[in-house]
Amino acid sequence: MFRTLTLSTALGLGLLAAGGVAPALAAGDNHVEDFDFSFEGPFGSYDQMQLQRGLQVYTEICSACHGLQFLSYRNLHDEGGPALPEDQVRAYAAQNEVWDPTLFDGEGDFRPATPADRFPMSNLSNAPDLTLMAKARAGFSGPYGTGLAQFFKGMGGAEYIASILTGYEEEPECALEGDPMDGYYNTAFAAGGFPDSCKYEDGTHKVPGSWIAMAPPLYGDDVDYADGHSTELEHVAEDVSAFLMWTAEPKLVARKQAGLTGVIFLALLSVLLYLTNKRLWAPVKHPEDH
Amino acid sequence: MGGIPHDHYEPKSGGEKWLYSRLPVVGLIYDTLMIPTPKNLNWMWIWGIVLTFALVMQIVTGVVLVMHYTPHVDMAFASIEHIMRDVNGGHMIRYFHMNGASLMFFAVYMHLFRSLYYGSYKAPREVTWIIGVLMLVLMMAIAFMGYVLPWGQMSFHGTAVITGLFGAIPFVGESVQTLLLGASAVGQPALNRFFSLHYLLPFILLGLTLVHIWAFHTTGNNNPTGVEVRRTSKEEAAKDTLPFWPYFVIKDLFALAVIMTLFMAVVGFMPNYLGHPDNYVMANPLATPAHIVPEWYLLPFYAILRAFTADVWLVMLVDWISFGIIDAKFFGVIAMFGALVVIALAPWLDTSSVRSGRYRPMFKWWFWLFVVNFIVLMWVGAMPAEGIYPYIALIGATYYFGYFLVVLPLLGVLEKPDAPPSTIEADFDDHYGTSGDTSGSSANPTPAE
Amino acid sequence: MSHADDSQGTRRDFIYYATAGAGAVAAGAAVWPLVNQMNPSADVLALASIQVDLSGVSEGTQLTVLWQGKPVFIRYRTPEEIEAARSVSVSELPDQGAENANLGDEADASDMNRSLDEEGIWLVQMGVCTHLGCVPLGESGDFGGWFCPCHGSHYDTAGRIRKGPAPRNLPIPLASFVDETTIQLG
Repeated sequence: MFRTLTLSTALGLGLLAAGGVAPALAAGDNHVEDFDFSFEGPFGSYDQMQLQRGLQVYTEICSACHGLQFLSYRNLHDEGGPALPEDQVRAYAAQNEVWDPTLFDGEGDFRPATPADRFPMSNLSNAPDLTLMAKARAGFSGPYGTGLAQFFKGMGGAEYIASILTGYEEEPECALEGDPMDGYYNTAFAAGGFPDSCKYEDGTHKVPGSWIAMAPPLYGDDVDYADGHSTELEHVAEDVSAFLMWTAEPKLVARKQAGLTGVIFLALLSVLLYLTNKRLWAPVKHPEDH
Repeated sequence: MGGIPHDHYEPKSGGEKWLYSRLPVVGLIYDTLMIPTPKNLNWMWIWGIVLTFALVMQIVTGVVLVMHYTPHVDMAFASIEHIMRDVNGGHMIRYFHMNGASLMFFAVYMHLFRSLYYGSYKAPREVTWIIGVLMLVLMMAIAFMGYVLPWGQMSFHGTAVITGLFGAIPFVGESVQTLLLGASAVGQPALNRFFSLHYLLPFILLGLTLVHIWAFHTTGNNNPTGVEVRRTSKEEAAKDTLPFWPYFVIKDLFALAVIMTLFMAVVGFMPNYLGHPDNYVMANPLATPAHIVPEWYLLPFYAILRAFTADVWLVMLVDWISFGIIDAKFFGVIAMFGALVVIALAPWLDTSSVRSGRYRPMFKWWFWLFVVNFIVLMWVGAMPAEGIYPYIALIGATYYFGYFLVVLPLLGVLEKPDAPPSTIEADFDDHYGTSGDTSGSSANPTPAE
Repeated sequence: MSHADDSQGTRRDFIYYATAGAGAVAAGAAVWPLVNQMNPSADVLALASIQVDLSGVSEGTQLTVLWQGKPVFIRYRTPEEIEAARSVSVSELPDQGAENANLGDEADASDMNRSLDEEGIWLVQMGVCTHLGCVPLGESGDFGGWFCPCHGSHYDTAGRIRKGPAPRNLPIPLASFVDETTIQLG
């Protein structure tokens, strides 16, 4: 029996490991830094102050081009999220206008947004919506394409965003040899243009990353935090990445709690069923004892 | 039901007799639950229960999700986000459904390998086996259509690729593809019909499940020795078997609880691990993701599809013989569907006189190589078709077919199998070291695994 | 039967009952979310209460807002309208209940029980005729209040039914002042 168990476990693990392959390929030849976020691990949860800072960064900088079309203003009040007081949420919403087709005798008109409304969509056609960005990007793909690194280092979407924001660097020398590139060199961005002059003969890249259309949005000291937190580039990038992780997965904490409760309870049920099963079979397996 | 002799339901009270003469449903349930089951079944005989449970779980969570989902190209993606954000407990229900598909495929592959190892497909269980393969094909169709519904980038472009397979059929391919999509490209008609079928087909799968169970209740379960239950008398049969209730129900429930504990951990802590990040980007016909990869459970077959490229001599030969009708693209499609057909043909391809792999010394090696090969195909299916990967895929696909078409037929002739124990009872008693009251000792000193 | 056998039997029973109990709890825990998902979702609940800015409404005019899919009339009444409404004796009315969600069922249909504030300036009511659900027209009808064109129901300046087929006064939803110029519905 034990050999069967071992073999089936090996088979199962093999299936699972190979199964993790699929998400691996989203990231290419790029460098993603492993940031230490508060929401990682089975017991991790969002840092309320960090989310509020991230909201500020988003509002003052990102929202000029990007949108958050699946997030409602009322979500800013959610427990476990930024948990802004209700009057602040109302005031924040009222800064934006929304089109309301019921106004002006059914012809529609603009009105100040209320907490029940959603955030605006992106202003630019080439600026993607950011609501789900932290789930739409995989930060870690290795080793060997199995995707296991994203499991051990945290899911990775937030890391990817923070790495993009901090990944702007001087163009490498090899790029200066060929035609000038459009956009900006970023070590974390894999999906952009790449000059031939930076490739080896077999097509592999000499430098990580590629050229991204977005100009560097953060330089450090871009915002003034009310709570006095550091405004260095890395910290600001981390804050807004944490905020975007929350917009992508607002129920993360509730999910982990449900998962933990479920695992503990089902483990208990398993133990009870094991004992029941053992007692039930005892007279069959060891008739001389009964 | 025929098969193993055992006590059948006898209506006793007046009320029972009244109902029994009109609708023998109590008898049906009694006979199903009390079916004599070989008492030496090991822990690989749990996947059927896991699959039945998972199917019911998928149907229940699916019906609930439909209450909030909108099958429209402009609203489908947003309605999923509505479920994830606003519906009470919606994120858990959706993650259960999403990962439930993975659970089902994990269990079905374990179930399949169990049957391949212990020869469960061999006579007289061929019908059970073929229904099982049909269910696997149906599951793949259901899973694929379900994956379309969130209308993310992978949904959209995956649909284009998979329906494109039918476009490879000579002469009528394009018409078939248009028929499937209801348009020349993936769009609203495709989403609507896939939604309809994704709702309908699971119920057909449930019906096939009942037929599958009916079939193996008629022949009786296989067991790790592959030796049939003695059927000459009720007393003899009782030495080899135990009633399904409570012995195997409790055992299966224990196994199910352990598996659901692991499943709960996946849902709670890494619900997106098995999914593809690109499906959290709304479908955009103008931008194709860098790599289009199906979900993990379809990868081995996807690898076989891609393995036979135009520079393989076999493909060139077939192309030449068929005057170009079967080109490399169509060859790949045939190979992929052929990979499922050869599974269904296993009962006739396996020529060995011994059923269980436990008593087949050479078979064991080929079998485990097949399992490893399947996992390698799964891995290579997710890799880009460049560099060394196409060669690995080609070797893997060749062995996949070789296992069924060459190894299984030849082994029956070349291999000298060990002698299985004379009875199930002997195997069971050997394993637990009980002398029991039997004299039928085993020919094999250590059959237990 | 020995004592040892007895205690073993009890222990076996205990494990069986504990397992069955835990199984029942697991089943219940699995069923509840499947039922609870049918309750109103967060976006629906968010619309259950809205705030309305009254600063733009001047005397003798009314604001119509959409709340939970139905129109709500918010009227800044003139002294004449208030006077007309208060001079009517409750006993003359076809429907003598206040139909006010902010008050109990016993409250009578006096104008004090219909208006939102003490002076009776603000009248907030659902704009749905109690007959067959048409939207009544303002500042019209025999009593200077609302008139429903569908079947000819006349409401007075306090939204009370006075003439026609409608059985009840226009209902008053849950409403309260948040500050001087803002009211909250629901």
